[in-house]
Amino acid sequence: MFGAPVQRREDPRLVSGNGRYLDDLGQDALAAAFVRSPYAHARILDIDVTDAIDIPGVLAIYTHEDLDGKTAERLPLLIPHPDLTNPMTGYCLSREVVKHVGEAVAMVVATDRYVAEDACERIKVDYEQLTVVVGLEKSRAAKVLVHAEAPGNIAAHMVQEVGDTAAAIAAAPHRLTLSLQIERSASMPMEGRGVYARWDGDEQSIRLYSSTQTSTGVRAAVAAKLGMPLAKVECIAPDVGGGFGVKIVHPWPEEVLIPWAARRLDAEVKWVEDRREHFISSAHERAQLQDIEVGFDDAGRVLGLSVKFWHDNGAYTPYGIIVPIITSTQLLGPYKPGAYRVEFFSMYTNTVMVTPYRGAGRPQGVFAMERTMDAIADYLGLDRTDVRSANFIQVEDMPYDHGLLFQDGRPLMYDSGDFPASLAKLKELVGWDDFAAYRTQAAAEGRRVGLGIGCYVEGTGVGPYEGGHIQIETSGRVNVSTGLTSQGQGHQTVFAQIVADELGVPIEDVFVTTGDTRRFGYAVGTFASRAAVMSGNAIALAARNVREKALRIAGDALEVDPGDLEIIDGIVRVKGDPESSIALATVAVMSNPLRYAFDESAKAATQFAHTGAMDYSKPPVADGEEPGLEGKGYYSPTRATFANGMHAAIVETDPQTAEIKILRYCVIHDCGRMINPMIVEGQVHGGVAQGVGGALYERMVYDDAGQLLNASFMDFLMPYASEVPHIETGHLETPSPLNSLGIKGAGEAGTIPVSAVIASAIEDAEGFPITSMPISPDELWNLRRQHADGLIPDLRRGSRAMATATSNATNATTTPNATNATNATTTPNA
Amino acid sequence: MKPSAFVHHAPRSVEEALAVLAELGHDGKVLAGGQSLIPILNMRLAAPGHLVDINRVAGLDTVEIKPDGVHIGALVRHAQLERHDGAFAHLPLLRQALVNVAHPVIRNRGTTVGSLAHADPSGEMPAVLALTSGYVDVASSRGTRTVAAKDFFLGPLESCLAEDEMATGASFGRFPAGTGTAFAECTRRHGDYALAGVAAALTVIDGVITAARASFVSVTPTPDVLDLSDLLAGIAPQDCDWAQASDMAIAHVDPDTDIHASADYRRMLVGVLVARVLAEAAFNATASAATDATGA
Amino acid sequence: MSEILRTDVEPLVEITLRVNGVKHTAAAPTRRLLSDFLRHELRLTGTHVGCEHGVCGACTVLFDGTPMRSCLMFAVTAQDHDITTVEGLGQPVDGAEMPTMSPVQQAFIECHGLQCGFCTPGFLTTITAYLKENPDPTETEAREAISGNLCRCTGYQNIVKSVLRAAEIANERGDSA
Repeated sequence: MFGAPVQRREDPRLVSGNGRYLDDLGQDALAAAFVRSPYAHARILDIDVTDAIDIPGVLAIYTHEDLDGKTAERLPLLIPHPDLTNPMTGYCLSREVVKHVGEAVAMVVATDRYVAEDACERIKVDYEQLTVVVGLEKSRAAKVLVHAEAPGNIAAHMVQEVGDTAAAIAAAPHRLTLSLQIERSASMPMEGRGVYARWDGDEQSIRLYSSTQTSTGVRAAVAAKLGMPLAKVECIAPDVGGGFGVKIVHPWPEEVLIPWAARRLDAEVKWVEDRREHFISSAHERAQLQDIEVGFDDAGRVLGLSVKFWHDNGAYTPYGIIVPIITSTQLLGPYKPGAYRVEFFSMYTNTVMVTPYRGAGRPQGVFAMERTMDAIADYLGLDRTDVRSANFIQVEDMPYDHGLLFQDGRPLMYDSGDFPASLAKLKELVGWDDFAAYRTQAAAEGRRVGLGIGCYVEGTGVGPYEGGHIQIETSGRVNVSTGLTSQGQGHQTVFAQIVADELGVPIEDVFVTTGDTRRFGYAVGTFASRAAVMSGNAIALAARNVREKALRIAGDALEVDPGDLEIIDGIVRVKGDPESSIALATVAVMSNPLRYAFDESAKAATQFAHTGAMDYSKPPVADGEEPGLEGKGYYSPTRATFANGMHAAIVETDPQTAEIKILRYCVIHDCGRMINPMIVEGQVHGGVAQGVGGALYERMVYDDAGQLLNASFMDFLMPYASEVPHIETGHLETPSPLNSLGIKGAGEAGTIPVSAVIASAIEDAEGFPITSMPISPDELWNLRRQHADGLIPDLRRGSRAMATATSNATNATTTPNATNATNATTTPNA
Repeated sequence: MKPSAFVHHAPRSVEEALAVLAELGHDGKVLAGGQSLIPILNMRLAAPGHLVDINRVAGLDTVEIKPDGVHIGALVRHAQLERHDGAFAHLPLLRQALVNVAHPVIRNRGTTVGSLAHADPSGEMPAVLALTSGYVDVASSRGTRTVAAKDFFLGPLESCLAEDEMATGASFGRFPAGTGTAFAECTRRHGDYALAGVAAALTVIDGVITAARASFVSVTPTPDVLDLSDLLAGIAPQDCDWAQASDMAIAHVDPDTDIHASADYRRMLVGVLVARVLAEAAFNATASAATDATGA
Repeated sequence: MSEILRTDVEPLVEITLRVNGVKHTAAAPTRRLLSDFLRHELRLTGTHVGCEHGVCGACTVLFDGTPMRSCLMFAVTAQDHDITTVEGLGQPVDGAEMPTMSPVQQAFIECHGLQCGFCTPGFLTTITAYLKENPDPTETEAREAISGNLCRCTGYQNIVKSVLRAAEIANERGDSA
């Protein structure tokens, strides 16, 4: 089953409309809605609910004043860091000041959502508007502060360095500087957030459902905020309609307020966000300004790389500085620069907060590195893949320690990967060497085409741990549970595949539960492409434990050594003697000595049921043993395991309208061994589509007053099928040496290099640098005009090609000189 | 995002609908396809106290082919008109434009007359009404009138309909023999509102252009018609480079800048689209002439 | 004309629809969207809500056999019409927990055409109607047919494959999608 494209066990249920997403639950619950701030920065002078409270169907209206205990305090800082010197989190309901459009100011609980929204409309909030900071330029100019506690609007300032970068750059034969820009986008799952809470007055307990990526995280946070014992709070992630990172943040204000209200009102309460709410009160990601200085030699080897970037973290920092740390570290990609220095400022703005979105800072890092690689290649007149190859970490260098700390607080050390092989495969897939001829032919037809490339390395499977539990029932049913969650990754299938293989049972007998604290209480969550690695390995360990116990019990029963046994299709049998066998189901019966037989099969385990001689000196349950056929396992790696990939794209730009079309998109992807290649490929497809969205269509547009101008699907442009090209994929498998299954994560891979690849391709088509993404036809058209006016330099490619042709030089060495053409400082596109 | 409460009226006849509208004044809004209105209501950008749901009114769902054009009732869905072979034969521009209206599923419900009444400058069908010198049938309890396209659209999202009036139908005029039409628009994504769009009708008689007109989508506040006849008359289509027509169109339109595109970019698109659309219309003109000649 | 039942919360009307061949009557306010009526008054939660402005398509149902956005229709307008939701696409089997998958549903399973499943019902209804009219689409036509629905998980590759496979299965079975 491992490695097989098994059809998903989730699907029959989901395609027949029998999914159980958050809003499908709690049909009789009360409905909550929120009054949200219409201003980006304002003081709340007064909240007047008189016109709303008497609307029939309204049960309660709450503001910050009503909150008690820890619910009145700020939301937790999930990931502190010594360099996060000025962290800031919000309140569940705004207290005195609002810091972005969309902050929850008041909560209405009513009989249904329609009525709740009626009430929200009638609540009058008196605001005193304050000055607003939007965008990184304004933030770093710091004429106005988002938080008085954060001078310079700086939440964090971090520097990491390996080697003496300044010296290396100064001593290098060649130098370039680049200024780059990436704009904000967002996860934007098709299902928004939702919370449904049931308060049990008899038990004094809460059962909480949330469309979350971490039910254990939510449970702990809610228990803490509500002042309840952990044992009295359970959290379940039902079917979740996509997460892509935004649902890892916890606790959302609503995740605290809904159970709080349920307890207060002794009722079931549910909140399901609408699309506009999702735009203005969840989280965004991606915006950065980057300044790069690189020193390199004639082969394009990077001798010193210095990166300085400003990261827009929005109004609050509950997720700490994980995203810019990931940018800082994953920027290195498959390369080994001589010296590396990265410095970032994480900046406040009066906008929605920034937390991980698929890629989580890697796309920005890859953008920086890959644009630099292209710039080096262009400067030297070398092939862009040759320059990259010259910088690759080689197979013999593995494991490769960059000398930095990764986002898990552990060494950034690549375990395995064959970058030259990945590149060779990509070049073959896209036809890299044939492109020049294709471009010439297209030009003859009046068409403008370009080829781009982007390479990345992705740290996956970060800890601290995940666990798995397996129980075999007396019916032969195999129950598997793990604490992390699912949002469409096919966990119920891939984990069942692992168990089917490890245990030797039919996959139809295996049932997997994820994300339910009642079933498995110790977990971290689903993010950072970690689920397969972490829970996959934990479940494999659990399965091995169960198998070992089953074989022991069966060995006793069959009077053979467990080493002589195998399990095929749920039957334990002697190798080479299939008649001598005992069903796993029966082993399960035997594992639990009973006084009471609850069914026919259970009779075999009751106290008078034994046949043959009994050793009465032995207790029914031996020392150190437990009844039942169960096993548990935890996987806690010393460090992350690093997947890699390389993408190439051929784009065509319309000579008149500057519309951009992706003609081909090729992916080479290495995530080690694949549990289910069909599911891995699906993950890659989805990631590439989000990457295409982020490269060509998606951008959060804030005006200077902090209003999000495109807070709907009409104006925030996510790609339809018509915008996503056919995706060609090839796989490599360099197994991970860090876990017994040899697997690496795959969830984010498709998204990571896409902006870099598309920029690379457009640049190749147009002949001038592309330094800012996303790019629209209008923006490209404007760049063309600026280029025609001489405001944007040519790539040297054209002129160098002519120089090579006339002078017959092959490896034209440039001496560093001070002309503008050499120090190609490109500015971000306005 | 849930709409505010409203009283729902479901008249069964035009008379009944008009009587209700007369009573309600500005607090009543006609609901036909709802594909433009209901998002507005859901977002609470409007909250009329009454909706006059005309989906049960009899007799409004017919497409009639008449000698002078194609007449549709207020409940003719975009998809119905798009698929109507008779309408296509009579006035190909209808289908040429309709395939650009939103997505097929939206067209299944949205009505063409509804989109005329909505008067969105980014709507395709108002531009077609203008280009075909069409008119809208307007009714109220006070009587009926027909309003020519040039008088129907007053401004962005503003038609001439009074509070108590309803559009009961519309008529798109037929072009004279020898006319070819074409429609093209540029969008960010498939099915999105046009950044710019052009509809053109070009008449070719005995191998030379005798008339040429264009109307625009998203780049004029109301749909109007640019007459290019003087510029192009007497020239054989294959000798035309359309550049001057493009320039004239660029000077004529008045686009806005928004988050999707600048005014300058839209102007450039108009220039490009005019050339493409006129060439295509010319091709269609000579193709249809050939068909007519063979009597097919 | 619907009967108006006054309550002290909001006036309700009795609305009767045929959904998946079964007549349902429930009381709801006139402003109740069809999507919410199906999901909450009728407890048919297979139809999903992604945006409530008609763009994402997750709420698409068949209205007298034609796909339409249920978030852009009021339940009261849909009165007395035939609605088909995702729950009605398969063939119910006596005594079985799950209905037989329709060709479109089966194709999605075979081709990994869904991941989180949230957008899926809207695709299934849209494609079911599409294949009735175009039983043998090319890949380009298949892609065009699904270009009015948003999916954030699959990147559409396998949904295109599912359309083509569904056409095949329908052909194999000798019936319509």
